[in-house]
Amino acid sequence: MTLLTLGLAQIKTKLGDVQANLDKHLAYIDQAAAQGAQLLCFPELSLTGYVLQDLAPTVAHRPTADDPVFAQLLEASRKLDVMVGFVDEDSRHRFYIAAAYLSKGQVLHVHHKVYLPTYGMFDEGRFFAWGDSIRAFDTPWGRVGMLICEDFWHASPPYLLWLDGADILLMQSASPGRGLDDGEQLGSARWVEHVGRAYASLFTNFVAHTNRAGFEDGLNFWGGSIVFDPDGEPVAHGPYFDEALTLAALDLNQLHRTRARLPILRDERTALVMRELTRIVNGD
Amino acid sequence: MNNLTDRLRINTGLARKILVSFLREEATRTGLSRAVIGLSGGIDSALSCALAAEALGPQNVLAVRMPYKTSSPQSMADAQLVIDQYHVPDKVIEITSMVDPLFEHVPEADTKRRGNAMARARMIVLYDQSAAWGGLVVGTGNKTEILLGYSTIFGDAASALNPLGDLYKTQVRQLSAAIGVPQPVIDKPPTADLWIGQTDEGELGYTYAEVDQLLYLLVDQRYSRDEVVAAGFAPAFVDRVIATIRRNQFKRMPPLIAKLSNRTVGYDFLYLRDWGS
Repeated sequence: MTLLTLGLAQIKTKLGDVQANLDKHLAYIDQAAAQGAQLLCFPELSLTGYVLQDLAPTVAHRPTADDPVFAQLLEASRKLDVMVGFVDEDSRHRFYIAAAYLSKGQVLHVHHKVYLPTYGMFDEGRFFAWGDSIRAFDTPWGRVGMLICEDFWHASPPYLLWLDGADILLMQSASPGRGLDDGEQLGSARWVEHVGRAYASLFTNFVAHTNRAGFEDGLNFWGGSIVFDPDGEPVAHGPYFDEALTLAALDLNQLHRTRARLPILRDERTALVMRELTRIVNGD
Repeated sequence: MNNLTDRLRINTGLARKILVSFLREEATRTGLSRAVIGLSGGIDSALSCALAAEALGPQNVLAVRMPYKTSSPQSMADAQLVIDQYHVPDKVIEITSMVDPLFEHVPEADTKRRGNAMARARMIVLYDQSAAWGGLVVGTGNKTEILLGYSTIFGDAASALNPLGDLYKTQVRQLSAAIGVPQPVIDKPPTADLWIGQTDEGELGYTYAEVDQLLYLLVDQRYSRDEVVAAGFAPAFVDRVIATIRRNQFKRMPPLIAKLSNRTVGYDFLYLRDWGS
């Protein structure tokens, strides 16, 4: 049995104060390591806060060993693997909402958010460049894919990661709570949990979602971080709204058992998908 | 319409959790841990007071009653029920001696002008107490009032934090009942008490129960005018409410700034209030 102890750090952040947020990351990394976590996930833009607007260019960092913030995070990643959210500035000075996976002092992968919500209460496309690739990558715990919030409101990014070999989907959000009605949860929480469960079930994958807590002006971030196993069953669920570290023990052999019963991955017809997508895109 | 009444219902436990956390976090991140609330004897300020007392501790919430000489004694008594129930410190500061000198200069002022002056005098008192008490002014305006512009700009609409601004009046009543606001305060007809015999629903010309259902469809559900008429609302009522919402947009906005430079506050100088905290 291969066990992965996964930690979800649903933290509050200080808006635009990278040093304060870095200190909190390092404290959570120590706490999670002390409790036996082997991989710790932080939410979207965990180093900066979410509604950055004109702060975006002033809080950007490069995920490299010579960056003073990432130098400390990379050092900490010798204790356990870490997924962090930050603003990435590329060599041409474009700013991205980004997630980095750090392991044993190395950056294994950086994902740039592909879908930037720019409607209703959201204005990301005004301040950020969109990412242009979706790739799975290898980690000590198997092949992993990272997605940031709106990325998984579209079905294609998790589908592509699945086909690219990801058995663990790490999703991070800074999801503002909304849609209060007489239901048990906020509408936004209900939606995210529905799709997380659906992806785990449809792809027979592990799905872990780490969400922000706290407030920015009048926006509440509802926490409620959650992990589903390849049967679509919840393995761990953090508290709503409050800052918390939630640990989940993942039995990675569940992938073997579920896929022996339900060979959806084996039977997926990627060539057919490619053929039909090509036809649709060409307007034939 | 029964179905619509159901759709306005909220999970009050969830609302309470969010609003109490909102008041606590947004007050304390400014470096303050206290609040000031103008207590009118009505349901909105009673609910704001209850939420603030839970968020910050009752000893940190100052309830201020600000009667004018024509204010109903019942309003004072109803506010006392709230003070007694939540054990918050309180003050009575009459505004008569603030606004009567103005009215002597402008004896022709009608009830609307006089009401606005009283609302602004109360704002002056609350912000003065804010400085003296070291607490933020917590607002009491609900979503129905904000959409209909049923408030005085720079008067009762002024506050630092407003926990009720995304709750319709119907939902304020539901939440107030759930958290145990004194029953007489919940049951009485809503009034701004700016002149004798005034009631909100008398002045507006419709009930909150009616207009909340219409607002819910127009605003939250993005129904068009024709769709709400097809859903059963009288066309004249619908047209009047739509015009009222549009006419009062100015009350929901900061003052307009004329753009001259490349970077202008409000247009392309964009930061949250929580910047750096």
